[in-house]
Amino acid sequence: MITARHPRRLASGVAALAVAAFALSACSSGDPLDQGGDTPSGGSTAAADTIVIGSQAYYSNEIIAEIYAQALEAADFTVERRFNIGQREAYLPSLENGEIDLFPEYTGNLLQYYDPDTTATTSDDVYAALADALPDGLEVLDQASATDQDSYNVTADFAAEHDLTSIADLAGIDGLVLGGAPELEERPYGPSGLQDVYGVTVAFQATGDTTVDELVAGNVQLADVYSADPRIQTDDLVTLEDPKGLFLASNVVPLVNAKVADEVADVINAVSAALTPEGLVALNVESTQDQRSSADIAQDWLAQNDLA
Amino acid sequence: MSLFADAFAWIFSADRLTGSQPLPFTVGQHLYFTFVSVLVAAVIAIPVGWLIGHTGRGREVAVVLSGAARAVPSLGLVVLLVLLVGVVHKTAAAVVAFVLLAIPSILAGAYAGVRAVDRAVVDAARAVGMTPWQVFWTVEAPLGLPLLIGGLRSATLQVVATVTIGAYVGLGGLGFYILQGVPLRRFDQILGGSIVVVAVALVLDGVFALLQRVVVPHGVTAGRAALQDDSASRRRSTAGSAA
Amino acid sequence: MTWVLDNLGLITDLTVEHLRQSALPIVLGFLVSIPVGWAAFRYTAVRGPVLALVGLLYTIPSLGLFGLLAAALGISFLSETNLVVALTIYAVAIMTRSVADALDSVDRTVRDAATAMGYSPWRRFWTVELPLAGPVLLAGLRVTAVSTIALATVGILIGVENLGYLFTNGSQRRIVAEVLAGVVAVVLVAVVIDLLLVWVGRLVMPWLPRHSRRRAAARAARQAVAA
Repeated sequence: MITARHPRRLASGVAALAVAAFALSACSSGDPLDQGGDTPSGGSTAAADTIVIGSQAYYSNEIIAEIYAQALEAADFTVERRFNIGQREAYLPSLENGEIDLFPEYTGNLLQYYDPDTTATTSDDVYAALADALPDGLEVLDQASATDQDSYNVTADFAAEHDLTSIADLAGIDGLVLGGAPELEERPYGPSGLQDVYGVTVAFQATGDTTVDELVAGNVQLADVYSADPRIQTDDLVTLEDPKGLFLASNVVPLVNAKVADEVADVINAVSAALTPEGLVALNVESTQDQRSSADIAQDWLAQNDLA
Repeated sequence: MSLFADAFAWIFSADRLTGSQPLPFTVGQHLYFTFVSVLVAAVIAIPVGWLIGHTGRGREVAVVLSGAARAVPSLGLVVLLVLLVGVVHKTAAAVVAFVLLAIPSILAGAYAGVRAVDRAVVDAARAVGMTPWQVFWTVEAPLGLPLLIGGLRSATLQVVATVTIGAYVGLGGLGFYILQGVPLRRFDQILGGSIVVVAVALVLDGVFALLQRVVVPHGVTAGRAALQDDSASRRRSTAGSAA
Repeated sequence: MTWVLDNLGLITDLTVEHLRQSALPIVLGFLVSIPVGWAAFRYTAVRGPVLALVGLLYTIPSLGLFGLLAAALGISFLSETNLVVALTIYAVAIMTRSVADALDSVDRTVRDAATAMGYSPWRRFWTVELPLAGPVLLAGLRVTAVSTIALATVGILIGVENLGYLFTNGSQRRIVAEVLAGVVAVVLVAVVIDLLLVWVGRLVMPWLPRHSRRRAAARAARQAVAA
């Protein structure tokens, strides 16, 4: 470390830094989260007849994107993959301006992104509301029956001990800790939603990728686990029913730039028709337990379903 | 400008005292992890560094270790150890990662501090009849303190940065606000969290800078001042004679 | 290590991306730090504030710096630009101190001799001081390169895909081999680049003795403490 021998110089360094930052910030404008990050791999636009497919930084989403990619390649399209782009604010602008053409998405989560106050909860309602809420230039193709939505889960033992079948049954239990991704704390279906809709009081702990492990270990009693997570079955978890519709249904749906929608519709709709809930879970099992790559998993799935 | 205004509003909002990570609690949590890790690393690395510096043996190992440790990605190490150890001992696993990342700087600081002592001074101490033990504790260690503290300073700041990243494995700490703010699209939270963690880092750096000054033995400071007076008066007399 | 063998393509692609993202900060950091470090060396009035400022920049935790840069420069938080600017700042922070120390390490009498022989300051800098400062400069550049390569992995947290992807993807899927492969890959890349720089140093400065271990070790120890 630099030995700043004089605290006065240290202070002048800090002052210089602060002034520079404030001066520069006066020149900046706009929301740093809305500026649509650089497209990965240098921001080049693909050739006119190439379909560019993106994916979220979520392994399961990457598998679906790879399935789309290989299905299109089998139908003689040229495909460019730009996977693991991360957050919606990073890739939605790229979808709108055509840098990315196709993206596997989830109806409920995407609807909440565009319309946070939506009241639609069932699968069909959500799909219809989504079609309306999307900006011009974006379309959704047919949704698959496969879902991957947030769901509240408890261990089988805990469910038996407290006789739980639905979220409402949690109402009287003290000392509940809810585990999930950090942002769950602020989501409408998070602790505040549990309180308002079901009268369930929970403390929150951000558990991220270790959520299921923490639930199984007993550090948290309730966990938000994606419904297609294979560990719900392998770790014997019980998904609590949601009669009051705290969670929106969230089916897998292809989000496309309107310009290419017609070109790819046939191929991709066929894929969506074949993607069942059990099928998606099986794909995730291959990724996490068998540790296979998305490319291999996609290849086998397409072969099994006669789509490539 | 308004971005910073929003961020400061976020920092000083009353909501910062509620929720799963109240701000004062999180700052304390962050400092706690930092101090514990640096302390453990110091307990391990200072004796070893002193030994290497005093005996002169094993210094190449120390140098290679410092160099190699710089190449280890801190996010990867934290994720790896937490994944290996499991959730029951998640905090301990993360602290082990922090300790491993802190050791090289402290080791280098302890070693360099002892080595930087003028050989003539060490010889003088031996000539006066001090035992090796006495030479070490009354001459080498005190004179090497500034560089040792430099190493501790370096290690502390590296751990502060790694604890920030440690929020990714659910450790809490000031990185939580940044990682939660991204999916929630709240830039005031991201910037607010950034400002707080940067402020903490700067304050710690300042504390260490002062410590490095304070720790220099009186005799050394007096000696340096005498030298400066000496050379200044010599310059004045030379200039006079040239005219 | 079957996972590694099955995913060599992925690891290779990510490594290439990682190198591409690290290269600019290292080069830019080196180039920017030469004039800045020279100014700190030459003008003692400027030396304190410059080194203090540069030292302060290095103390800023990376995740925090991304936020500040996005706000101050009006760039997107989740972008490669943000990562590259941050890495460049850290590279300059490390390297400036090295440049100042390197120029300091040149024997004053040699500089005076060059001046006495009629070298202009410009010519003296480029043909005498810089070459003689070479070894310390190279040591600083190696530290900078290795640090940049390791630090670049944090980019995955702001959505920039490089070898850091193996950490987050491995964490999601709970695959130890993937995370371990990522750590090992980053260390290997850093070591290879380090060796490459040593080799380049030998090419560019053939006059240096090949095995001045003791001096190099002492210098490296000082570098390790300073950065």
